[in-house]
Amino acid sequence: MNALLLAVDVPPISNVTIWGAGPLGFNKTAAIYVFAALATMLVFVLGTRRKDALVPAGLLQNTAESGVGFVRNQIIMQTMGTDGLQYLPYLTALFFFIFFSSITEIIPFVQFPANARFGMPLVLALVTWVIYNVVGVAKQGPLHYLKNSLIPPGVPKPILILVIPIEFVSTFIVRPFSLMVRLFANMLAGHLILVTFAALSAGLWAAKVTVVIMPFSFGLLVAMTGFEILVAFLQAFIFTILTAVYIDSSMHPSH
Amino acid sequence: MALLHLLLAQAAADPTKGLTAIGRGIVYGGAAIGPGIGIGLVVGNAITAMARQPESAGTVRTTMFLGIAFTEALALFGFVLAFIISG
Repeated sequence: MNALLLAVDVPPISNVTIWGAGPLGFNKTAAIYVFAALATMLVFVLGTRRKDALVPAGLLQNTAESGVGFVRNQIIMQTMGTDGLQYLPYLTALFFFIFFSSITEIIPFVQFPANARFGMPLVLALVTWVIYNVVGVAKQGPLHYLKNSLIPPGVPKPILILVIPIEFVSTFIVRPFSLMVRLFANMLAGHLILVTFAALSAGLWAAKVTVVIMPFSFGLLVAMTGFEILVAFLQAFIFTILTAVYIDSSMHPSH
Repeated sequence: MALLHLLLAQAAADPTKGLTAIGRGIVYGGAAIGPGIGIGLVVGNAITAMARQPESAGTVRTTMFLGIAFTEALALFGFVLAFIISG
């Protein structure tokens, strides 16, 4: 019963910003991010050592090559075209980093997605924001970039009073904010579901009568764990492809 | 019966806690209505498109995930807002 209450009693949102003790504090979230960064580097440093080999072999090389191929064909070619291939290294690293820091959700004894704390999603969203604004200003010039992102083509003049503030908020404020909230809330929601069903299974097991319905709760826990693998992959994919879409909207404005 | 007494005792001690929980439920439930309909429309139409033109399934799938991501954002705002509400 205690475990059940502990899982249901969610701490207030202010708790998720606590970062160890002091500015240089180190906790589980930070440890997972260090792991994710090291794993991303490991895959691409060790996976690309056999440059002269025509046939890829080994787990790391296969992961690195199919990862690059996936980001290239499914993300960049679908959204930006060949112009966007210069962003391939950044987008591949972004995809792998988000995936590795989310997949810890289902790794036994860790069982915590680091992206369920919104510090790093916020930083990644701000990096995306800086990239697409800098690309827009560099490719189109400051005035053209503002005009292209604030004034949609074919809108009658009087309605512009209404449209320009809406477009400003949606392009410069809601974009990074929704990018952050999407990743953070998806991982937090998945983690809470797993915690709830795990605590429910334990609570049902403890009481003699209710143990009959424990298999249903436990079965759902196993099913949701499988589902969370999909979610971790999908959220990394969506974050990366939205970054690509936003960069594309700065590179190729609609006239 | 014992559980009921426990609940009643808690409710008598702090009625705002229960109201906060109800408020959280209303916020997230309300926020989930629109995106639920929206995601249904997006995926339904994507399936229609894939069935009619199987060769364009790759492009449609990518666009479908983009559409889901944009629609889903509203529900997630509600989810986060439900946590921010405190009694």
